[in-house]
Amino acid sequence: MNRKMIFYILSWVLKIEAILMILPIIAAIIYKEHEIMYFLISAGSCALCGFLISPRRPKDVRLYTREGFVSVALSWVLLSFFGCLPFYISGQIPHLIDALFETVSGFTTTGASILSDVESLSRCMLLWRSFTHWIGGMGILVFVLAILPTSGAENIHIMRAESPGPSVGKLVPKVRSTAKILYCIYLVLTLVEFILLACGGMPVFDAICISFGTAGTGGFAVTNAGLGGYTVYQQSIATIFMILFGVNFNVYFLFYARKPKDALKSEEARTYLLIILAATLLITWNVRGYFATLYESFHHSAFQVASIITTTGFATTDFDKWPSFSKAILVLLMFIGACAGSTGGGIKVSRIGILFKTAVKEMASMIHPNSVKIIKMEGKPVEHNVLRSINTYLVTFLVLFVASVLIVAFDRFDLETTFTAVAATFNNIGPGLSAVGPTRNFSEFTILSKCVLIFDMLAGRLELFPMILLFSPRTWRKQL
Amino acid sequence: MKIIIVGCGKVGVTLAERLNAEGHDITLIDKDAAMLRTVADRIDVMGVEGNGVSFQVLAEAGIKQTDLLIATSGSDEQNMLCCLMAHKAGNCHTIARIRNPEYVKEIQFIREELNLSMVINPEREAAIEVSRLIKYPSAIKIDSFAKGRVDLMKLEIPEESELDGLKVFEVNTRLKCRILICIVERAGEVLIPDGSFELKAHDRLSFVADHKQAQDFFKKAHVTGNAVRSILLIGGGKMTYYVAKMLEDTGISVKIIERDFKTCQRLSEVLPKAMIINGDGTDQQLLLDEGIEQCDAIATFTGIDEENIMLTLYAGSLNSKAKMLTKINRIGFDNIIRTMNLGSVINPQLISADRIITYVRAMQNSVGSNIETLFQVAKGAEALEFKVGADSGVTDVALQELELKHNLLVACINRGGKIIIPNGQDMIREGDTVVIVTTQQGLKDLRDIMR
Repeated sequence: MNRKMIFYILSWVLKIEAILMILPIIAAIIYKEHEIMYFLISAGSCALCGFLISPRRPKDVRLYTREGFVSVALSWVLLSFFGCLPFYISGQIPHLIDALFETVSGFTTTGASILSDVESLSRCMLLWRSFTHWIGGMGILVFVLAILPTSGAENIHIMRAESPGPSVGKLVPKVRSTAKILYCIYLVLTLVEFILLACGGMPVFDAICISFGTAGTGGFAVTNAGLGGYTVYQQSIATIFMILFGVNFNVYFLFYARKPKDALKSEEARTYLLIILAATLLITWNVRGYFATLYESFHHSAFQVASIITTTGFATTDFDKWPSFSKAILVLLMFIGACAGSTGGGIKVSRIGILFKTAVKEMASMIHPNSVKIIKMEGKPVEHNVLRSINTYLVTFLVLFVASVLIVAFDRFDLETTFTAVAATFNNIGPGLSAVGPTRNFSEFTILSKCVLIFDMLAGRLELFPMILLFSPRTWRKQL
Repeated sequence: MKIIIVGCGKVGVTLAERLNAEGHDITLIDKDAAMLRTVADRIDVMGVEGNGVSFQVLAEAGIKQTDLLIATSGSDEQNMLCCLMAHKAGNCHTIARIRNPEYVKEIQFIREELNLSMVINPEREAAIEVSRLIKYPSAIKIDSFAKGRVDLMKLEIPEESELDGLKVFEVNTRLKCRILICIVERAGEVLIPDGSFELKAHDRLSFVADHKQAQDFFKKAHVTGNAVRSILLIGGGKMTYYVAKMLEDTGISVKIIERDFKTCQRLSEVLPKAMIINGDGTDQQLLLDEGIEQCDAIATFTGIDEENIMLTLYAGSLNSKAKMLTKINRIGFDNIIRTMNLGSVINPQLISADRIITYVRAMQNSVGSNIETLFQVAKGAEALEFKVGADSGVTDVALQELELKHNLLVACINRGGKIIIPNGQDMIREGDTVVIVTTQQGLKDLRDIMR
């Protein structure tokens, strides 16, 4: 294993994190907050560590699959650790595990919080908290790829390890150009949302934070009421943009490349929109008694469905009080998740689609044992190794999920809380139901449970394998 | 530039690797998805699965924005059709690999009618090199510049040669000839020697000279092999055919051993002067019967690399004086192969890749100084021929006063047909073509030679 190269990548991640901390520093200057020094300390230690662990570019820059996985997993762990420093050393989140939980929840775009009073945090802290969503949404290593001066094809191993979805395709021949295009789309969409929100009368600070939270499909809000305190227009904008950020970015690239027909044909995006529509209509009908008008019921259902399926986790209302049928739909949506190649989490629509098709095919072959059928997705045959990796993913997902539920169950919460707490962190959503519902938070869990949930969030964001491989002794072995 | 390569074969991958290293955006089209994935893991290129002739597949690969399409799939007809489609769909430059001997005579017609920018025939290109090598049996590799006026030759210094122990600057004065030693390969290292560099036996040196001087040098350095009067070609493939065809009228007697009877019949039909033997080229008794110990040159051109290597080693043990030519298709074990005594190693893929890269570079700078030809002299070292434009910034200054890059040599100046092997006082003029030998990769313009 090429350890020097891994250190080199890690050092870049840290240096970039130091640079990113400039944003909250600017906020601290604008709002004249004394917390600026904590960010300066954190950014300084980030940069220092970055320079210390790998002062110069190694001679051997080869990277293989193993290095790709390890550097991605370690990057995220390091990123989270240094990211939580401002919260911890400023004392605004006094406990280290809590601070780490909050930061991991940020970077993994989960949005689960241990804070009961969000408004007590200073402005620069709130901004940093939301900014972590934005950084984590597209992936920090994709960003590193876009700017790091390496040329090799090996970068595809990093991109594959960090980008969500069953198979990662490049948009253009070079990894670096692909990374740049993805970040451009991301940036433009975020800016458009910010402008629309700000024009709609939302305070600029809130608009920035909410845009970051939506773009990364994170879910940290800046008020205790979540998004409940904003106008219908502002909530609708957030709904639309949550849905947009949950769409595979390839679709936007196709629009950009002037192939709108191909873009509109995207099977995954269509399925995704169809699921949103169906779920919204069902919930609207189910909760019509809770709201004054049918429109209001539709508005809140649409917001909640978009928020959950894209794994954002914003809330406009306490859906924990909704009837069981609606809650059941929302929990199901948690597992489906957004499209592959978006900023959202969950199992991903394309995986669900392929699994569903496989099940139909297998059932058909029980009746016609000699029938031959190729499973297609987006009009193309799904290769056998993709099918295999999806099955592996699903089994691993279940095993980790069950194990996490078992450990968290020691905390003596009711089953609904335990189950949805794990589901909400594992799928990077944020709020669950009952004791971890939209108006509650994760602060009451024990340290052990929090650690498990932190691991779940990271594993969920990186699609399980990088985090698991980090714990496999085979990964670290020098010999074959 | 945006380049599409159709076909993930050996040429396709070699090209993708080298063109990608020069900063082009490469998209590969192939029917084999697994192969594409392996390549995309190794090289930073995009793969599109499908038939390269299909318009839809070409459109998916972005033919509209593409500057050049290179068709290197296994079938000539498919390559032609693919280039035709690409030209109609994207109006781009096209290069097709066409290797079937049947098309050679009509290649000009095909080129014009299909709007091909270039046609590459790996076996024929390799055969040209082989026939040149037969002219100079002691050379391992010969490339020519300036429309064939200057040769870049590579030879290995034999033991107890006069060159052994000589310093580079002494070579011309001692041997009373005028050549320029550009590159010395010693124990796997590729060096551009300065004047005080001391040559040793078993060094492989590449030098530039015109034909007469080269002949002089070979004679005076006593490294001339025996003139080739008979050649034994083992394996009756396309390369054998082209070589035999080229040697037909030179008076060299050609003997071909081929296993397949039908191929033998066909060869006999098109090569009436050659002697065709139907038999297994790996049969030692047969080889002895056919006089492997007596012929002047032995070429092992079967389709299997391993067989060629074994045959050359065997032939070398019987007939140490003969000129050996070995065809190797796979270049992966280049460093190992170089340590074996295989004579001249011929790699058709590498030769075609060189030709195509020359074209791509020339295409890239259609203004200013153009690259006319390009050869890979040794691993990591290239010889490039540039046409000197008015704005190249190196004209009318004595070479010794130019701030040239390290590991770079102006090897030859061709001024309207007059060949100058330059020293420090010579200067480059507008309208010249110059040959640059360098270990710097990716030189694209004459301006790049300056520091």
